[in-house]
Amino acid sequence: MAGFGTTVSRPIYGRGPSPGLRFTVCALLSLTLMYMDQRQRWSERIRFGLEAAAYPVQVAVNSPQAAWHWLTDSFATRTNLRLSNLQLQHKVNDLEIAQLRLQSLEQENAQLRELHAALPPLAKHWLIAEIIGVEAVPLRQRLIINKGAHDGVHVNQPVVDGRGVLGQVVHVGPWSAEVILITDPEHALPVQISRNELRTIAVGSGSADELLLPYLAVNSDVKSGDLLVSSGLGGVFPAGYPVGRVIGVRRETNQLLAQVRAEPLGRVASSREVMLIDFDPKHPAAPPTASTLAAALNPEAPPPPPPKTKSVRGKGAHAETAPAETPAVTTTVPTEVDP
Amino acid sequence: MADRENLLIVLLTAIVGLVLSILPLPSWLTVVRPAFLVLVVLYWSTMTPYVAGLTLGFLCGLALDVFQGSLLGEHALALSLVTYLAVRLNLIMRAKPLFEQSLYVFAALLIYELLLWVIDGWTGRSLSSPLRWVHTAVGALLWPIVAGVLGRFHAAR
Repeated sequence: MAGFGTTVSRPIYGRGPSPGLRFTVCALLSLTLMYMDQRQRWSERIRFGLEAAAYPVQVAVNSPQAAWHWLTDSFATRTNLRLSNLQLQHKVNDLEIAQLRLQSLEQENAQLRELHAALPPLAKHWLIAEIIGVEAVPLRQRLIINKGAHDGVHVNQPVVDGRGVLGQVVHVGPWSAEVILITDPEHALPVQISRNELRTIAVGSGSADELLLPYLAVNSDVKSGDLLVSSGLGGVFPAGYPVGRVIGVRRETNQLLAQVRAEPLGRVASSREVMLIDFDPKHPAAPPTASTLAAALNPEAPPPPPPKTKSVRGKGAHAETAPAETPAVTTTVPTEVDP
Repeated sequence: MADRENLLIVLLTAIVGLVLSILPLPSWLTVVRPAFLVLVVLYWSTMTPYVAGLTLGFLCGLALDVFQGSLLGEHALALSLVTYLAVRLNLIMRAKPLFEQSLYVFAALLIYELLLWVIDGWTGRSLSSPLRWVHTAVGALLWPIVAGVLGRFHAAR
């Protein structure tokens, strides 16, 4: 082909280096990038810059949808607005009553645990972000949100909505961030069944309405309708946050493991806004940091900062904040949540 | 200069292709969505290889990597390879009727997706689903339309 092409095409693409040379350069450049991205973390800085450049396009791509939402919002009829206002007021009332009950429960809990005051709230800082891009290809479940490093977003920050866990931040750009959803097949989340505190791992299935629990033995006590909460292992999510509900258990006698499916409680597919949380690291239900873990695993070391608290959310918070005298419970090394 | 005007058109259509490639769509549509940007790059690198060549392919691939959050350099390598083939074979391809061009495009898209598939597998990025190959056929079927639309810009110069 080249022999055919040379004489005719020389004047056409005769400028600059030949395509072969250019291709070699491009290929080497891509291979270097891939190697760096796969092996070394400092390509994050290149990505950071590129994501800054990508932000305007992401906003532009999202603008038709945003405009549609704006239109429907601004042309909502008066009756509709009144109706939703009424509903919201009802909801506020309900929540206020629930809040009162929760406060008394918290106090009671503190008294039972011989604490002098109730613990401060778990979440130190909330940040609401809008979704500006969705990737819901069967094998990739990701979101792009409009908050980034400038707003204090950091990698591995948990992302939730009002109902449950949605995912965690994987890449941060200056004004935007990429979130991996718990339904992404590359995401694994340590959970526990709230009924019997059985610990396991929930893996994304690749479709927005399903999680898989592939590591439960055939004879384990799990059934449809069980609530899954985060177990606090893994160091990203705090203990006791709702994750999903079991919707199907299949046991085959010739298999060692049961096939368990669950649906996520967070509205993975339909949320427009998500919440990013910063946790108070001193709180017993907060995910363990390296230092508290080391303290818990090593009985000689001084106990973690709040020494009197054993656990707040039932036994779920054992592994990360168990006091130094019970090292037997702490042998569970946190599983990775690394995407 | 005509070349400069051409470059402008090439860049504009590439941006449109990129936007179409990353536009959020319902999930069943994303399965059949052709790789618009690859089609645009293929068109320009066969029709005007002296204006839009490997640099365009590489940069567009890099843009895809950034926007899709894939391994950095993955799409860049695949698209560079496809562009290289297109630039090499542009005279052969240009002489063919649209139908036969579609077959060449199908082959190019298959090579593109195969390379992505191999890289995904090697790096342990994610599992593979047979659905990822659907877009190659759709892209080949849409090639006459894409070529027609882009040819209009090309001729309008």
